Amino acid sequence: MLAARRMDNCRTRSLQRDAQTSIPKRNNAMPEAPLIACPECDLLQVETPLPPRRTACCRRCGVALYRSSSDSLDRALAFALAAVVLLVIANSLPIAGLEVTGQHTETTLWGAVQALYDQDRVAVAGLVFATTLFAPAVELALMLYMLVPLRLGRVPRHLSLAFRLAPLAHEWGLVDVFMLGVVVSLIKLGNLATVVPGIALWSFGVLILLLTAVGASFDAREFWLRAAANRAALDRAAGGTRERALEPAT
Amino acid sequence: MKPAYVTAAAAGLLSCPACALVSRPPAATTGIESPTARCPRCGAGVHARKPDSIARTWAFLLAAFVLYIPANVLPIMDTSSLFDAQQDTILSGVIYLWKSGSWGTALIVFIASVVTPLAKLLALTALLLSVHWKSAWRPHVRAQLYRAVSLVGRWSMLDIFVVTVLVALVQLQSVAVITAGPGAFAFGAVVVLTMLAAFSFDPRLIWDAAEATDD
Repeated sequence: MLAARRMDNCRTRSLQRDAQTSIPKRNNAMPEAPLIACPECDLLQVETPLPPRRTACCRRCGVALYRSSSDSLDRALAFALAAVVLLVIANSLPIAGLEVTGQHTETTLWGAVQALYDQDRVAVAGLVFATTLFAPAVELALMLYMLVPLRLGRVPRHLSLAFRLAPLAHEWGLVDVFMLGVVVSLIKLGNLATVVPGIALWSFGVLILLLTAVGASFDAREFWLRAAANRAALDRAAGGTRERALEPAT
Repeated sequence: MKPAYVTAAAAGLLSCPACALVSRPPAATTGIESPTARCPRCGAGVHARKPDSIARTWAFLLAAFVLYIPANVLPIMDTSSLFDAQQDTILSGVIYLWKSGSWGTALIVFIASVVTPLAKLLALTALLLSVHWKSAWRPHVRAQLYRAVSLVGRWSMLDIFVVTVLVALVQLQSVAVITAGPGAFAFGAVVVLTMLAAFSFDPRLIWDAAEATDD
């Protein structure tokens, strides 16, 4: 989920001073802290413990590397649960209605996808469906699939597969762009007819905030630490017979 | 002055694109024609650099350039009312908004649908050429350009969603009916292709080239 954190306010002077990683020393075969490589410029750095609410940035290119947060997974889970409720509301109620000379039309998101499909714009309908309905639903489903068991001290099956798919779903979810599209189209129509914004429009607004919050609070390091801790606890409970390699191979 | 920067690749280490774990690849996977190394923690395929990054980015980018023409020439929307039938391209939609007095909206749509796709195509082309020529010119600026491209790209989808909502709402049989035009497909394809191009580009290549010329 590094992509979601690109815009972190980490280029400011104070943050950078507070939260800078260090360059591993040459001839130092085993550094005490784990190594981290910048996803954008590949610079090797040593992780530094952070004060609360700080972001560590790459020394060379300045991109956000990781943040300090202990309750990140719980917050991500809470936001994801709320987002599921909003996703259901946003998709079951009309986004907007239109009134012209006594005629009234209104549409849900699914209705809009169907309208495109009925006009034989199958590819465009598919694109809209994939980016506004499918991707957010998949992202939230994956989040709950991973975070609920972790919260309960278990480790779900195919954890790593879910972990790798979630950022993909996040990248292709365009609910925020869709929201702006609705607003622009209502402004366009406002010149010609009476436009009635629907409840779903507000729900989409809140959904955007929640989806952003899920992506921003989910911390990959925290996630794998929790998974390893749960696994170790389960293994202990099972008599320590199973062994799993979760250690870095450095 | 050459700072003592060591990249993971130079140290023989690979960092996982999904979970960021730095690991040392097993010897069997370091040759040229060898199986993909897997992250020991999350199992994602790890590479020193995204495989065939430049070729893939060019492929998506060239396809996007080709589709950019029909995306702007073909109508994305047909409006038929009692009195006339009208076809709108991306640009004529902006002009309509501007003329009807919604300047702010016109500006947003102009930036999202006209400026952004073109700027993205040009920026990615420039990044690819700079990496191809192993340019050492201001890697910080180019890294930021890449970040901007990947961040802003999604907003070009705006017009597709505008058409979607208009098509769904304006179905007033006796007054006006709006249908999506062939340009909508081309435009959507341009946005998706430029997003894929941005994903396939590996920004670490910018720094590799900058380093190589330092030596």
